[in-house]
Amino acid sequence: MLGAAAYAVTIFLLLPTLVIAPMSVGPERYLRFPPNGFSLRWYAEYFADPDWVNATLFSLEVGIIATLAATVIGTMLALALVRGRLPGKGLIELLVIGPVIVPHIALAVAMFLVFEQLRLTGTLLGFAMAHSILALPFVVFTVLAALYRFDADLERAAVSCGASPLRTFRHVTLPLIAPGVVSAALFAFIISFDEAVVSFFISNLDRKTLPRKMFEDIDYNISPTLAAVATMLTLLTVTALVGSHLVKSRLDRRTRSAEP
Amino acid sequence: MVQPVEVSSRSVGIGIRGIVKRFGSVTAVDGVSLTVEPGEFLALLGPSGSGKTTILMAIAGFEYPDEGQILVGGEDVTWTPPYQRNLGMVFQKYTLFPHMSVLENIAFPLKMRGVGRAEREERARTALATVRLDGFGERKPSQLSGGQQQRVAIARAIVYKPRVLLMDEPLSALDKNLREEMQIETKQLQREIGVTVVFVTHDQTEALTMADRVAVLDHGRLQQIGTPHELYEAPKSAFVAGFIGETNFWQGVARGAAAAGGSVSVELADGAVVEATAVDAVAARAKLRVAIRPERLSLTAPGQGLLTAHVQQEIYSGNATTLLLSTPSGQGLKLRLPAGGAMRGPAMGDLVGLRWAPQDARAFGSAT
Repeated sequence: MLGAAAYAVTIFLLLPTLVIAPMSVGPERYLRFPPNGFSLRWYAEYFADPDWVNATLFSLEVGIIATLAATVIGTMLALALVRGRLPGKGLIELLVIGPVIVPHIALAVAMFLVFEQLRLTGTLLGFAMAHSILALPFVVFTVLAALYRFDADLERAAVSCGASPLRTFRHVTLPLIAPGVVSAALFAFIISFDEAVVSFFISNLDRKTLPRKMFEDIDYNISPTLAAVATMLTLLTVTALVGSHLVKSRLDRRTRSAEP
Repeated sequence: MVQPVEVSSRSVGIGIRGIVKRFGSVTAVDGVSLTVEPGEFLALLGPSGSGKTTILMAIAGFEYPDEGQILVGGEDVTWTPPYQRNLGMVFQKYTLFPHMSVLENIAFPLKMRGVGRAEREERARTALATVRLDGFGERKPSQLSGGQQQRVAIARAIVYKPRVLLMDEPLSALDKNLREEMQIETKQLQREIGVTVVFVTHDQTEALTMADRVAVLDHGRLQQIGTPHELYEAPKSAFVAGFIGETNFWQGVARGAAAAGGSVSVELADGAVVEATAVDAVAARAKLRVAIRPERLSLTAPGQGLLTAHVQQEIYSGNATTLLLSTPSGQGLKLRLPAGGAMRGPAMGDLVGLRWAPQDARAFGSAT
């Protein structure tokens, strides 16, 4: 009974996403459901339009840089929170959750005002910084969860074997929290790639991310290309999630704990 | 025949000088000094909160003392980071790296010391043979039993020929039979390779079985250090007498003054007077606790012994029979009869007389 309800809710939530796919293959110039034919012309249109392709490439660049930055900084932060003897841990934890609690739109306005002053709007650096900040809390909490499951005595064992703190991290801690770090990185990438609100504010005419470009498209010409892009985005996200799940379960199996 | 890893020529002593360690308002270790001889097996024994683990962690370098000094082989290592101390350590849990094979685990300390791959593997295999696990090298730790995992942990700790091997309750995760087996095996291994061992345990039987000397700790203070025989036969405080083995205690008052080691008559609460040996100098009328081991009490006819008591219960355990006795004042006592004695023990409810040699009854000042 409860299972059936859960499935019903899931389908209800997924339905809009599922509707977009058939709409993207309609042959006509406007969005229509159900489509009265099958055509891939809107997909071709997307690939032929340098505006779409540039926005996609820019989103990828931003996503990769933000992922790297958020994953490295977030992992170090999580380690410091769990292992470090730093004062004011509670305050730092609170600050890390900040970007999740503060309304997105407020964050976006604030970033716009600051970035405008620093001439960072519409730059790769600006976007990468903004998205790193947005992704950071998710990375920190994913890695924290992995660290709490990890037996800290293994680090002591490594140190007693003569491994410096850095080598202990490289040879013992990192391989064992790798599943958590990999999911954190994918999380970060998806957050950056999907991010629309902040991007809306800090884009300019020639440098914009894919979600920003999609907004524009809605404003000027609602073409089925939009549906095609949305479908591809969904597929990419699902692929990333499934991929991360596979990588994670493989790593998990490799690093299964020694507990009897 | 197994080729032991040779470390004997390198084993060194440890000096602990006036260690104090506080955690907030709690003083975990309160001025402990002791010396471990090269090649000696020393057990740190005490109840939880006695500071034994903190002392071990200070030797290992995972805790830095607030006061005092730690010397390993005459060298002051008080402030040396743990990964530079060159000590082997075996933890309570097996702490094998789950993502590495058994052989990789054992070779890890060698890798950290820049030993080449071929030599690493050869030495790891030798260490694996030393703990009698040849042929298990390719397995993952999760494929081994608890006892095997702990042997791998020992192999990992001795593979780089450390000067000292530190063990933090390494057998407490094992079940009873395996634990007893591993106690003997670990002791044997220590003799073979001659390494200095500091072994933390809360199990007094384990300490007596394995150690050359035992340091008994309570409330962060060293109570007594000595051979198992010394601790059992000549405890210096009521705490040690009660903690090592079983002991009957009587409360009483000294009838006269006595020098340390002299004989003293103690008047018990019910007016009975018993002869005991004073551990420290005793003033007349001082409050005393008299300790006597259950197996040092012997039975005699009622009225002929130094005390009389009723038999409350008889507990038969194969190699011995324990009688639970009660004196007229209601004091409970345990008496142990070895198995195979010609005489059949008394029945429940019988009145019996008790005898003992005065040197077996030890009188401690009440303050301790």
